[in-house]
Amino acid sequence: MICVKKATKLMLYGALIAVLFVALWVLENTLPKSTMLFTVLKKGVIYALLAVSMNLLNGFTGLFSLGQAGFMLIGAYTYAITTIPVAQRMAVYQYYEGGIVQFALPVFAAILLAGLMAALFAYLIGLPVLRLKSDYLAIATLGFAEILRALVQYDKFGPLTNGSNLLRKFPTFSSVLFPFAVVAVCLFLIVLLMNSTYGRAFKAIRDDEIAAEAMGINLARHKQLAFVISSFFAGVGGALLAMYQASVQASTFKVAMTYEILLIVVIGGMGSITGSVLASFLFIACSEWWLRFLDTEQFLFGVQVPLLRSGFRMVVFSVVIMVVVLFYRKGIMGDKELPDLFRRRKLPKEAIK
Amino acid sequence: MSLLKVENLKVSYGGIEALKGVSFEVAEKGSIVTLIGANGAGKSTTLRAISGLVKPSAGKIEFQGKDITKLDTQKIVASGIALVPEGRRVFSNLTVLENLKIGAYLRKDDAQIRQDIEYVYSMFPRLQEREWQLAGTLSGGEQQMLAVGRALMTRPQLMMMDEPSLGLAPLVVKDIFAIIRRLSQQGITILLIEQNANAALKCANYGYVMETGRITMSGGGMELLNNPKVRDAYLGRARK
Repeated sequence: MICVKKATKLMLYGALIAVLFVALWVLENTLPKSTMLFTVLKKGVIYALLAVSMNLLNGFTGLFSLGQAGFMLIGAYTYAITTIPVAQRMAVYQYYEGGIVQFALPVFAAILLAGLMAALFAYLIGLPVLRLKSDYLAIATLGFAEILRALVQYDKFGPLTNGSNLLRKFPTFSSVLFPFAVVAVCLFLIVLLMNSTYGRAFKAIRDDEIAAEAMGINLARHKQLAFVISSFFAGVGGALLAMYQASVQASTFKVAMTYEILLIVVIGGMGSITGSVLASFLFIACSEWWLRFLDTEQFLFGVQVPLLRSGFRMVVFSVVIMVVVLFYRKGIMGDKELPDLFRRRKLPKEAIK
Repeated sequence: MSLLKVENLKVSYGGIEALKGVSFEVAEKGSIVTLIGANGAGKSTTLRAISGLVKPSAGKIEFQGKDITKLDTQKIVASGIALVPEGRRVFSNLTVLENLKIGAYLRKDDAQIRQDIEYVYSMFPRLQEREWQLAGTLSGGEQQMLAVGRALMTRPQLMMMDEPSLGLAPLVVKDIFAIIRRLSQQGITILLIEQNANAALKCANYGYVMETGRITMSGGGMELLNNPKVRDAYLGRARK
């Protein structure tokens, strides 16, 4: 009986996703391209993937890592370096005689490679770093991200990374459907993972390491696995972000970026995938669109409104963070998922059948 | 051949020797064997060493005739030794059902796992009623049932229980000991650690008394219960 139920559920989700894509397609063909809505949708969906990948580690496995910007940087650079058309390399790497990479990969291969590179780095860094706990792990991963940012800008690596100069002229996307499709596939994979025995093992480790170990869960292996998978998706997200921005520069991958994503994870709820997705759209819509007016001087009835000036938006955000941390510690969703809210409480009798 | 045989087991934490050569055995299948002793005697350390959570510096642990001293915890759990840790340690943010499924983490046989969940529910109907509840919202006694159920999901030959009566009301403690007896009747051997020496010795077939990292006395449950030395040290002087 449960099979029938599962099948109808899957069909329902599939239909919902199809409706979403059709709606996006219709929007794109009716509204002017320059609407703020599309900026928010594109950036929001990329941040959704980044937030979920961070949540996988911080919310589900209980490993407090702050290396997100570092892994995004690896993804973004891997994508950019491997996709700039050979003919354009002379112009991009103008100070390094065209650079040393003289080939260009197809877009999807490069996105995949971006994820794999981030995962590889995560594996190597994870070997020593994952022995640390809580704050110490956060400091170590934060340090890694900072070191990486400095290394990429290092002049001697210029032929590969173009030093502190911009990487540009790589293929990008114009339709909002592209990032949505890539992120949808990634999120689908993450949901599958979290509902598998591995996902349960991650949550068990978060709740109680000693009990998890006593149940036969290999702690080191599972932490490493969560770290590598999370970084893989951070790398893919980094590649998408590069495409969205149409240029990449290491100096933009600052700690502030990690904190932004952490903020989304906390607002959405640690341990909730749908929470992270909702929160990222909310966050991007606020910061890029709805709260823009805070940054520009405005006049009301001929009087200048006090406080409104460039940078005031960030002040408002800081207050929002404080309010969230003080009063809504569990975030929008807590550790529940969106479908949980619609599910009626099951009667005890129909359990496992 | 005895089920579990521990020989001259030594464990140290840093420079401090917690176990100074412990030897005992759990001979019969389906029996209840108990280790009693005061705080710091090394009871929990013994269990942790058997399940591979700490590595002994010397000594040998044999399970069903095989040397398991150097094995990883995963292999030890898979070979049929389950640990019900001290203080229950259920996964409080997971549901009751998820907790049970984690117990079966090392097993791949889905049909059997489903059957075993039914079996655990038949033993503890209360858990079935609370199937979708988060384990952290259960009462202490229910959490202890869940910890036992979770350990049962590994299909153990030997279940080691670390202070199952800790922090529970006397009536609930009675229930827990009834459960222990029922498990042993179903052929699961129990190695029980208790500070509640009275209750533990009453239901045990055989008991060992531990003091500061050594086994100082052993004997049948009733025999130890009536031993004047044990009465003095752990049960309080008989008031007659």
